[in-house]
This record gives sequence, structure tokens and C-alpha cells, in this order.
Amino acid sequence: MKTLSFLLKKEFLQVFRNKLIGRLLVALPLFQLTVIPWAATFDQRNIPLSIVDNDNSSYSRKLADKITSSGFFKLMDYIPSHEKALNTLENGKSRLILDIPADFEKNLVNGNSPKLMLSIDAVNGQEAGLGLSYISQIINMFGAEIVSSNEHAVLVDVSPSYRFNPEMNYHNYMVPGIIVLLVSIIGGMLSALNIVSEKEIGTIEQINVTPVSKVTFILGKLIPFWVIGIILLSFGMLVARIVYGIAPAGNILSIYTFGFLYLLAFTGLGLMISNFAQTQQQAMFVILFFLIIFILISGLFTPVSSMPDWAQKLTLFNPIRYYVEVMRLVYLKGSSFTDILPLIYKMLVFVTVLNTLAVWSYRKTNG
Amino acid sequence: MKAIEVKGLTKRFGQFTAVDQITFEVEQGEIFGFLGANGAGKTTAMRMLCGLLNPTSGYGKVAGFDIYKNTNDIKRNIGYMSQKFSLYEDLTATENFELFGGIYGLSRKEIKSKTEKVFADLGLQAQRKLLVKSLPLGIKQKVSFAVSTFHSPKIVFLDEPTGGVDPMARRTFWEMIYAAAEHGITSFVTTHYMDEAEYCNRISIMVDGQIRALDTPSNLKREFQSESMEEVFHALARQAKRSGE
Repeated sequence: MKTLSFLLKKEFLQVFRNKLIGRLLVALPLFQLTVIPWAATFDQRNIPLSIVDNDNSSYSRKLADKITSSGFFKLMDYIPSHEKALNTLENGKSRLILDIPADFEKNLVNGNSPKLMLSIDAVNGQEAGLGLSYISQIINMFGAEIVSSNEHAVLVDVSPSYRFNPEMNYHNYMVPGIIVLLVSIIGGMLSALNIVSEKEIGTIEQINVTPVSKVTFILGKLIPFWVIGIILLSFGMLVARIVYGIAPAGNILSIYTFGFLYLLAFTGLGLMISNFAQTQQQAMFVILFFLIIFILISGLFTPVSSMPDWAQKLTLFNPIRYYVEVMRLVYLKGSSFTDILPLIYKMLVFVTVLNTLAVWSYRKTNG
Repeated sequence: MKAIEVKGLTKRFGQFTAVDQITFEVEQGEIFGFLGANGAGKTTAMRMLCGLLNPTSGYGKVAGFDIYKNTNDIKRNIGYMSQKFSLYEDLTATENFELFGGIYGLSRKEIKSKTEKVFADLGLQAQRKLLVKSLPLGIKQKVSFAVSTFHSPKIVFLDEPTGGVDPMARRTFWEMIYAAAEHGITSFVTTHYMDEAEYCNRISIMVDGQIRALDTPSNLKREFQSESMEEVFHALARQAKRSGE
């Protein structure tokens, strides 16, 4: 234990004397938390739209007004013919074409369902899907207004209520996940590069000829990154509160308890990689590989439930997935400690396995 | 008890035999020179003795402990200064002493008093608060030696400790080795400087992984009918089939 205190002092001195890392520890969280929640958004606005109005009636213009004033679409042009409109789709000037037939108003007034045609550029499938759903909603609402003003049939009114995130606020959903991203990237990178950098410089030799035990040495590496991770976690939550006004609905202690374990697991992974690598370049590639895969299948950007079965099974081995889940549960749903207990048990398995491997893969004697 | 006892020690990397059946003994308190051209196998042999590398075969004891089974006991009783400068450059000399003293289990009080003594002996009071990376090479090497002997080991292994250091600094460095020897610390030292070889009690010369000569400098000169160690070394190194370059 006494030996450990000497090792810890050394690690902390080194981290604080490393100017680049010190700056990165401030710059990265700020950048990630202020830029990504805005940039990595699925909200789609200003989809370029062209309208072919063959009817040119008051109703057709009313519909066009409704669509263009919604904010989701940007009206590029009124185009006289469908063929010409298709050209704008091909050259990318518009992504969506709405054809209003000549007898639109007549059919509406007579109570026949008029037919509208939508042509959508589906290269960006996400944008196409969202565009379709937005425009359909607007058209339905428009139809409903006409019908109710004519006092015809009773309409089925679907009004969704979004629980736990009432305004469907994208930030509420993304920011807690991005805090996970933040601590994972910094914790993973720093730990993965640490031991291998001592190998490159040669200082590890001087440690390896001492009687220091493997467990003590690994603990001496683990604890500093763990502490840095906890500080970053707190910093991230503070920024979320100040910049986005997001505070956890549940108990903050649940987030910390899970975070303690999560960071232990992730640092263990980094240290293990560092032990296997011979150069910092190798270590960097391997940790990037894990980080990218883990982040993409974490459910942070795309929901786990929408993945194919085999991919969903893969996510079971992804520690980031569990913390993203816990953060959202506690932040949005206000889940209690008992609710996340099963996830805590899973994380304990990660902690045990990864850190055992980290100690095992550290070799004081080679060959 | 001998400080070091080695019989038929061998290290093979695949097809390549880096160290080939070496046998020798080192007495306690002796300054033992371990010579050889680049690539002769000195560093590999030394790394096996320090418990950094597992031998392929052969027998070896360091400070009375088996090099296969008791590497941790060996590590408690030796100091090591590697060829590559390996102190923490982003720590001060004082912090390096504290770290390694702590790892070897010295108390904070012992570390403090020893640090004072080392700085006084080396005359480095002015540099004690400077980061190691800002020190000149000659001083770095002295600090490095002080670290490797800080915990008063029985044996200190020095792998080309004076490489690249100016003649004045080399001289004072050897004074440190002699001072350590007076305190009963055995020195096992490799070098390419033949004037330094003369300072050793006994020397061995390795060629192609084997020890080809082992005696006191004066006996070796007599045996090879040479004026200097330089000539003895050349006579042996010429036989080498493999080259370090």
C-alpha cells in the first residue's frame, strides 16, 4: 500500500506536468459538449422542396402555404410540369416534389379523396423518411381542417404523447450519452497510451527490475485515470446543467456508482491494450478500433432495438452501451438505484475480467 | 557466497543464439567488467541476470537466488542502470529518488536523509529541483547511478553507463563505482572504453555470445602479449563472425 502511494504521486505529477494532456482535458469536454449535441442531430429542417401546382386554386395554395410555413421545408420553386420538376431532383436542387393534381379543389369540396403525388430523393434515406413523415402529417392536418370546417364525418385524431422527454428534445436525449462518450474517449486513450509510452521511453525497464508487484503497479496506473474520469464526469454533468439546463431526474449517486465501475472497466481495457502493444502507434490503433465499434453500436446514435439480432447480441459485450443506457434511464426516466442494479452486476463482470487481464498481461520478465 | 554464479547460461531467440553457454563467477565487492563488441550478447546476458528476460537453459544465481525461481528476491537485492537512460525525465532528481526509494520499501525518513547525502556527495544541491530532462548527460548518468544504488543493493548492474559522456564525467563516474565498492556493493559493468576496463578487478570478453577470455586486466595483457587492453580486445573481437552493425 505504501509503495502504491509513491507510484500514485509519480503518475499525478506526470499528468499535471504534461501540458498537452492538461489542455486536452479541458478542451475536449468543452468541445464535445458544446458542439456535438447541436451537430449530431437527427432533426431535419429546411428540406428543399419544389411544388408542381396543376390546380392553382385557393385550396392548393393554402396547402402549399401550410407546408412551406412549417419550417421543415424550404420552397425552392413552383414548377409548371412534373418532368421539369424531376430535373431539379436529378440535379439536386430539390429533394422532394409535391404534385398537386388539376382537380384537387373540386375533389376536396365534393368529398372525394384527392390524390397527391410525392417524389422523394432517397439517397439520404433518413432525410427522405423524415421528409415523408413531416409532409404527410401536414397534409393530414390540412385535410382534417377542411373536413371539420365542412362538418362532415368524425375524424380519428391521433395525438402522441412522448413520455420521459415530453418535448422530444434532442439535447435531453443526446447530452447524457455524450458525457459517456467523453469519459470513454479520454479514459480509454490515456490509459491505452500510458504503459506503452513507458516502454518506448525505456522507463518501464527501471520499474521491471524492482520488486514492485504487478497488482500494485497496475493499480498505480489505474487509479489516476479513474480519478481523472470521475472529474470529467462531474465536469460533463455540470456543463449539461449550465449550458442545456439538463439535470438528472433520478439520483445522481446512481450515475456516480455506475460511473465508478464503468471507468474501472474502461481503464482496465486501456491498460490491457497498452500491455500488448509495443509502440504507442499500435496502442492508438487498437483503442480507436474498440472506441469506434463500441460507440457506433452503443445505442448512442442509433437505437439498439433497431439493430439486427446478431448486432444486438454484440452490444452485450459493449461497456459503453450499458453506461449510455444508465445515463438515459437516470437522466430522463428518473430510474432508481434498484432499477439499474442488473446493469451494475453486468458492469462488475466487465471490471473483473478486464482488470484481471490487465494485471495478467503486464509482464515484468520477457521471453 | 558468490555475488553471481553462472553455468552454461544460454539464450536463444528462434534460430539465433544470443548468449551461448556462458560460465563465470563474480566475487562480492568485486568490480567485474563485462566486455564485448556490439551484438556480442552482453545486454542479453545482463537482462537474464536481472530477471528481465527468461533464460533458455543453464544455471544461474544472483545474490544467492535462482534466476528462474526467485527473480523477485533477486530484484530486491540488485540495482540496474540500463543502456538507455531510463529515469523519469519529467520528474526532478529528488522525485526520482523518492519514487524508487519508495518502491524498494525505504521509509520516508530514510529516503529524506539518503537524498540529502546523495546530493551532498554528488555536489548537485543546485540541481535538485530541476526536471531530470534539463540536466546535462554527465549529471543525468550520475543521478541514474545514484538511483540504482539508492536502496543499497548487494549488486549493481551497469549497462554502458558512461556511453556518450565526456572523459571528466567518466572519471567521476568511476569514482562513484569505487565508492560503492568500498561499501561492499558488487559492480557488474559493461563498457566500450578500454581505459575503463583497466579500472576493473577482473574482466570477461564476449565474442559471438561466448566468453572467450576472463581474468584480471594484467593477466590478460600478459596472456595476449599486449601492451594495453585495447590490443587484447582487438585480438579477440577480430575473431567475431557476427557483427553488431
